[in-house]
Amino acid sequence: MLIDTVFFYIFAAMTLLGGILTITRRNPVHSAISLIVSLLGVAGLYLLQKAEFLFAVQIILYVGGIMVLFLFVIMLVNLDAAAKEHEFSGQWPVALAAVAAVAAVAGWFLYHGRSAFHIAAPAYGVIAAGGAGNTERVADSLFQDYLLPFEIASILLLVAVVGSVIMAKKRI
Amino acid sequence: MHPITTVHYMALSAALLLIGTVGVLTRRNIVVVLMSIELILNAVNINLVAFSRAFGADHVHGQVFAIFVIADAVAETAVALGILIALFRNKETVQADEIDLLKW
Repeated sequence: MLIDTVFFYIFAAMTLLGGILTITRRNPVHSAISLIVSLLGVAGLYLLQKAEFLFAVQIILYVGGIMVLFLFVIMLVNLDAAAKEHEFSGQWPVALAAVAAVAAVAGWFLYHGRSAFHIAAPAYGVIAAGGAGNTERVADSLFQDYLLPFEIASILLLVAVVGSVIMAKKRI
Repeated sequence: MHPITTVHYMALSAALLLIGTVGVLTRRNIVVVLMSIELILNAVNINLVAFSRAFGADHVHGQVFAIFVIADAVAETAVALGILIALFRNKETVQADEIDLLKW
């Protein structure tokens, strides 16, 4: 259990530091690299929670797919001139208000402690030996309980593919 | 050291959500704003997986929802970057506050 705790804090630090660097670096390429660190931390958290399938999806899809897309777009839109300008808009008051609101909610929960949540005790039981693995159980649930949302999601992805191709065409 | 509970994951998720919100609100570069939206969606996913784990060792409904969130994030990113390329071709800028065609 101790090793779980240590790894949780390592991955949490990766996630938060990566996130903070993402929103503070001037150069968008540095932001993208920091975002990779943050997403890898999230992937490690999935692994800690025995969600092995999501761990693989996170690394293949986010780190392998979306980040390459981001870097390609940064390359396509030439950002050298933009990097010289000031990178932050004058929206700090709004941002501080949003942070203060969520911090107030979190502080209220912290003040009331465990009784504010009514969460069932975590069932960190050992998965029965010989039972179905994580990927198999996710697949069972996805293709039986959530078949209709799955098909709708595939239509959504088709629409996104067509839409992005149309958007990026030379003449709309 | 205390064992890690669901509340730890909720606190981490809230912190990541705040970081993403501040990024969306304060950055001018649209590419970085989109990256901040990815951070927000990942915060949601951390919460979903943590609750899925809290409700039982073989409970995967939260993980399935996280898969749907990831699919949405991919679709959103693809369309948004396509729009960004079209925008850059027409307006020669990727700064969010220079695209003020609808501003009074």
